[in-house]
Amino acid sequence: MIRFRSLTVLAVLGWFTLSQVGIAFPEPYRPTDDAQVLERLSFKVTDPAAREIENLRADLRNNPRHLESAVKLATRYIEQGRSEGDPRFLGQAQAVLTTWWNEVTPPPAMLLLRATIRQNAHEFSEALADLDQVLVVQPTNTQAWLTKASILQVQARYDEARRACQRLARLAASHVLLGCLGDIAGVTGQSAKSQELLRQVLSAPTFSGRERIWIATILAETAVRTGAIREAEEYFAEAFKVGIKDQYLLGVYADFLLDQGRYRDVVSLLQSETRADGLFLRLALAEQALRLPAFQSHTAELAARFAASRERGTTVHVREEARFTLALLRDAQRALPLAQANWNVQREPADARILLECALADGNRAAAQPVLDWLNASHVEDLRLRQLAKQIEDTAS
Amino acid sequence: MLKTFDCDNLRSRLRTPRPKNSAFGTKIKMISGCSKRLSSKAAASEAARRTFRYVEPLSDARTPLAAFFSILLVIAWLLLSLPAWAHKPSDSYLSLSVEHDQVEGRWDIALRDLADAIGLDRDGNGQLTWGEVRDAHGEIGTYALSRLMLSAGTRSCTIQMLEQLIDHHTDGAYSVLRFHSNCGGPIGRLRVDYRLLFDIDAQHKGLLRLTQGGQTNTAIFSRESAVQEFSVAERSRWAESRQFIHEGIRHIWLGFDHVLFLLVLLLPAVLILAEGRWQAAGEFSSVCWNVFSIVTAFTVAHSLTLTLAALDVVRLPSRLVESTIAASVVLAGLGNLYPAMTSRRWLIAFGFGLIHGFGFAAVLTDLGLPHDSLLLSLVSFNVGVEIGQLAIVAAFLPLAFMIRRSWFYPRLVLTGGSLAVIAIALVWFTERAFDVQLFPI
Repeated sequence: MIRFRSLTVLAVLGWFTLSQVGIAFPEPYRPTDDAQVLERLSFKVTDPAAREIENLRADLRNNPRHLESAVKLATRYIEQGRSEGDPRFLGQAQAVLTTWWNEVTPPPAMLLLRATIRQNAHEFSEALADLDQVLVVQPTNTQAWLTKASILQVQARYDEARRACQRLARLAASHVLLGCLGDIAGVTGQSAKSQELLRQVLSAPTFSGRERIWIATILAETAVRTGAIREAEEYFAEAFKVGIKDQYLLGVYADFLLDQGRYRDVVSLLQSETRADGLFLRLALAEQALRLPAFQSHTAELAARFAASRERGTTVHVREEARFTLALLRDAQRALPLAQANWNVQREPADARILLECALADGNRAAAQPVLDWLNASHVEDLRLRQLAKQIEDTAS
Repeated sequence: MLKTFDCDNLRSRLRTPRPKNSAFGTKIKMISGCSKRLSSKAAASEAARRTFRYVEPLSDARTPLAAFFSILLVIAWLLLSLPAWAHKPSDSYLSLSVEHDQVEGRWDIALRDLADAIGLDRDGNGQLTWGEVRDAHGEIGTYALSRLMLSAGTRSCTIQMLEQLIDHHTDGAYSVLRFHSNCGGPIGRLRVDYRLLFDIDAQHKGLLRLTQGGQTNTAIFSRESAVQEFSVAERSRWAESRQFIHEGIRHIWLGFDHVLFLLVLLLPAVLILAEGRWQAAGEFSSVCWNVFSIVTAFTVAHSLTLTLAALDVVRLPSRLVESTIAASVVLAGLGNLYPAMTSRRWLIAFGFGLIHGFGFAAVLTDLGLPHDSLLLSLVSFNVGVEIGQLAIVAAFLPLAFMIRRSWFYPRLVLTGGSLAVIAIALVWFTERAFDVQLFPI
């Protein structure tokens, strides 16, 4: 009897060990079931988007050097990539533009798309150079001014960004101009004025869709920074009410909920958002706070994704990686250089926050200095950033 | 000049992204409409209208909680599928392992990318099944191999597809292509010309892992660097022989049957048989001599058959070899219990050493013997096995010598140990000879 039991124990142990080994070293396999679904594609053949893209592709195949067809298809790809948060489409857009990509003076329409693709790859100075080249030929190109303003704002070059916005005054509707300026003003110490103007804009029913999300998100973000929690929640609701899925909006809203300690809400919001790393990271943060079992596997999955991204030599996710390393891996020493590298590229409040948090966790005041300088020089209005800055000053003295 | 983005003309939609921190580091805020005249129309896309109507009743929500629920509802409405994998730019993973004039390759290409390139979704339902992928294996192979060229100097290498499997990376399922390439002569410099997918995805990258002589190098192919050359280092004789020595040591340690066989033979080495009873041996030197004869006999024997087998002069079925090795351990143990032929223990070592040599040869064949340095690797492997054996002897002998006079050495260690080894070896023998699994591990 005893022998039988110990044999069973041995069998269970052996089976367990083998199964562990199997998980640790996944090997390529040959599926046994023909009906097993291995991959889901972005489109069915019958999707209108698939048809549209297929038609555009056919146009270009028939006439490969036709710029207008290429621009149309590339634009379509970029749109698709944004709504799905899928960077493969950006690579496809770039491939469509190959014929013109390396010309010395490419046509403005192509330059504008190249700037967008480069902006997505965080090649900001190259993108700005493209935009300037467009604006030399077409000084009234609204899109170019808008894109330029947004890149400059990300680089914390607020005066130049404001000037770019102002060029929109006679080119676009007033809400576009106000959104552009209000976003900058909200960060740089004029939140009250920005809120007042944009609130009026939002109450006017003259526009909807993406524009509405854009304005409402700026209002919500500004409210969050000034600590107006209730107001922020209302603006977020306003933005979501538009009913178009927006990756950025989901991200800032999840951050807002995380800061409020509403972890369960984050989990219900992002449960199925596992494809885009930024949203997946926030889901894992909430799971960590709630001590949910999924937290372990999600952390491992995120680590694998950041490793895969490093392996291909791209550094687009550095902000997320710094946050992941600090909050989930709890490794301030490794997170700090990432946050610093990210600050050299992007300088938005979220970038400042992760650098301050890393510097604080690592007890490295000097590393925080660039952000402290930025806070003061740009009169940045942000309760949480000011709190963090104060903590750093206190620990230093 | 094109007017696609000119506000007065276009389809009334203008968008600008702002880099922030969404999925791929890109904040996506879009603006549409340049003039009031057009913008209200612009927003009336079908999806927006449908969803807008759906959420309308909740728009009066004023409390944060109600607002949150209205947000959740919208999200639930927008969710069309439940994707499980990451969004990632397109990469393929290419592993090349260079051995003399041969290259073994493994190439992982995303099914999504293959679907974009050659269309795998036969029924157009947006899902790729194993059946669809398997049916397209021919096309996948032809397509992939037309995008990869290997050459050694001026000779181009032929590539032969071996099999196609499935594996998963962070962004989904990949087709795993295993291939074999022959360059028709020693490879001094390996030139890899990689052209996969660049025509349809300009940001595609090929991540290469090149293994040669125990070294691994990595490289990245992109559209700008599609052709790269790698010097296949002159494998230094020393590095190669060191590798085989290492494998030899590893094998004697991992092959428990060899270790046990040797230990069983060594157990009585510190004793001498006098009048049918075990007594402690006197001098260390005589014990050493005894041990030396056993180990050397074993070594000479297995070196002999190892060489014969590695050179393909003699070939025995592995089931026979493995069962006989197990039987040899059983017999060696029995020899300790019934010490009839103690004085000739080196003979047992030699006799069974012959069969153990065939066991080593199986390992060596798995490692892949280099054709141009067959002798060196054979000798190195043997040296490794020898070092491993000596390590066992060195660990065992002093200890056994010290406790040889105690009452428990002959009874507990020699008799008990031999019995235990016999039991283990019997299990092995049964498993190997009758091809059954007695224990799960």
